[in-house]
Amino acid sequence: MRGRIASIGALALIALSTTAFAQKVNYFNFSGAGDNAPYLESMRKAFEAKNPGIDVNIETVAFADYFTQLQTRVASGTPMDCFELNYENFVTYAKKDVLLDLGPNFKKTGFDTKAISAKALGAFNVDGKQYGLPASFSNVVLFYNKALFDKAKVAYPTDAWTWKDEQSAAEKIRALDKDTYGIFQPVQFWEFYKVVKQNGGSLFSSDGKRFTVDSRQNIDTLTFMTDRLLKSNVMPTQKQCGGMGDWDLFKAGRLGMIVTGIWAFGEFTKDCPFSWDIAVEPGMKAKATHFFSNGIVISKNCANVDAAAKWAKFMSASREAADIRVTAGWELPAITDPQIIAAYSEITPPANRAAVFKSLEYLVTPPVVGQMQELTDILGAQLEAARDGAKTPAQALQDAQKELIAKIKL
Amino acid sequence: MAHMKRASAWITLLFLAPSLIGLVAFSVLPMAASLALGLTQWDGLSAVSFSTMREQWVGLGNYAALLGDSEFWRVLKNTCYFIVLYLPLILLASVFVALLLDSKRRLIGVYRVMYYIPVLSSWVAGALVWKWVLSPDYGMLNDLLGRIGIQGPGWLQDRSWAMPGIVLASVWKDMGYFGLILLGGLQGINPSYYESADIEGASWAQKAFRITLPLLSPAIFFVLIICVINSFQLFPQVMVMTATNGQPPGGPLGSTQVMVERIYTYAFKYYKMGFASAWSWLLFVIILFFTMLQLKLQKRWVNYEA
Repeated sequence: MRGRIASIGALALIALSTTAFAQKVNYFNFSGAGDNAPYLESMRKAFEAKNPGIDVNIETVAFADYFTQLQTRVASGTPMDCFELNYENFVTYAKKDVLLDLGPNFKKTGFDTKAISAKALGAFNVDGKQYGLPASFSNVVLFYNKALFDKAKVAYPTDAWTWKDEQSAAEKIRALDKDTYGIFQPVQFWEFYKVVKQNGGSLFSSDGKRFTVDSRQNIDTLTFMTDRLLKSNVMPTQKQCGGMGDWDLFKAGRLGMIVTGIWAFGEFTKDCPFSWDIAVEPGMKAKATHFFSNGIVISKNCANVDAAAKWAKFMSASREAADIRVTAGWELPAITDPQIIAAYSEITPPANRAAVFKSLEYLVTPPVVGQMQELTDILGAQLEAARDGAKTPAQALQDAQKELIAKIKL
Repeated sequence: MAHMKRASAWITLLFLAPSLIGLVAFSVLPMAASLALGLTQWDGLSAVSFSTMREQWVGLGNYAALLGDSEFWRVLKNTCYFIVLYLPLILLASVFVALLLDSKRRLIGVYRVMYYIPVLSSWVAGALVWKWVLSPDYGMLNDLLGRIGIQGPGWLQDRSWAMPGIVLASVWKDMGYFGLILLGGLQGINPSYYESADIEGASWAQKAFRITLPLLSPAIFFVLIICVINSFQLFPQVMVMTATNGQPPGGPLGSTQVMVERIYTYAFKYYKMGFASAWSWLLFVIILFFTMLQLKLQKRWVNYEA
């Protein structure tokens, strides 16, 4: 009896000490919001089961508010141990000297980075230092409504399509009725920097030291994008959208094609009453597709680097996290494990999931400068002017070029 | 005696301490910090220390850059455009609400609550509702206009109509609050003035312009001061109603970019906290100027005899 009591007491003490002396890692993120929250929670449980003695405290904030809160916390000197950064904001934070260089930890622990996609890993490397680990990546493909294509008697898109094929199909679908449109591809910065590459253009010179926004190829590209709205009207104007978002229009069966991210798979699977599929985005002189990645970084002032690094590595390179992500359809894990990639490819819809990996062959990363948000707003305002017909594409890009040279340091 | 006075002063200070500490910690110190940061190029991310402040010191450079930047004057023009549209409408609407709620009718208490509900609701909820109301093709407002033969504009999607749309939503939200203030003013008017006017045979219009408005002028003056200050601080409705994913903030072609929206954008999106701090102090000076101007002009039209 005494022995039993003593054993129970000892066990209780051990449990107490484990809890009391467990290392805590505070993790701040945005991608685990909404429908993804349960999957992030599963990842946390899997990590803690594998790493007893480390407790992960997750704090999730919606994307719209995330960077304001993050900036406030970093500025006040009370950042979280680990936090999530998307690729576009990562360079800003890395250059402000608030992130920990993970290289020494990798060396100390013998962490093998070969399990992680080289392209994704490279996205979080600045000046030769690895400041983050990619937790997921995603890209943008061409979604199409098979029912509308059948109705318009147009062959389905293929990975070999060009802008001309896309435009021709869009016009035939537009002709079906006044409320049906051929395509939606927003005229805004996040599309424009990629579409110019499809036409052999670029926003910067090859050395990245000059803006080339108003080049002939870029003007032609913007003309192509705005003509869809203002001339052929294969794409609905803001007014014609009537307050409906592009995804809503596609789900309502009013869009033949939409260029959007693979993160739409879950919602389209749930809400589209028609059959749909995907293809690699058409190009013109070249193919160019998006690459987005969310990474996990560690604060420079983190008191618990080893524990935080374990969490970051788990989220980036572990089989468990990758399995949860693939099953959930929550973007793509950044690991190179062929079994994981095969498991992802088997899930339908879409049937042509191979297009996601094919698109990676043509990926272009977003331009990354210190004044990223300012650059996107300056160029975005001019693209909007061209989209709404307030300026010609040439005038819009020339004005953008002038303002960017005046305000952005490259 | 002196000892008792000193003791009394200390006791007073002790009782005031909780409020004073809060005032200093959450108002005075942040304001002083903001004034200092406005003289630097602080990015809002790096640690704040004397050495980093010294490195990033630009003196009045931020103020000079602002005053020489066409964006500042364009945004000030947008803000003033909002004020010019908003002020007459809010005054008219508030007076209307006050007169309506001053009447003695059944269920007047229910009407008072109804007109005050928009004031109590959050701006995010209200702005989302107005976004739908102002939808060009499916919104309630254009539908009503269509029934009387008027083709409604694009509202928030039209650079000429986005700001009027913001004004309508702002008037809806605020008229209950200011109407209540004017109601208090109306109820403070001595009824004997109206009785005398009735005896003299004054018409409704004469009573309104010779009795009601002059005696309501202190309340109207208060409403004007608050409205002008609030108008220069226009922010939540602009951010919710005219910010769209992937597009720059501030409505179609920047037509609803206003002072506080720009301050927020520079501080939290462009990582130019020093520049944004300077901008906020310039805004303070502008608001102070207009408030002082109103205080000076009040002698010409505000009647404090009641």
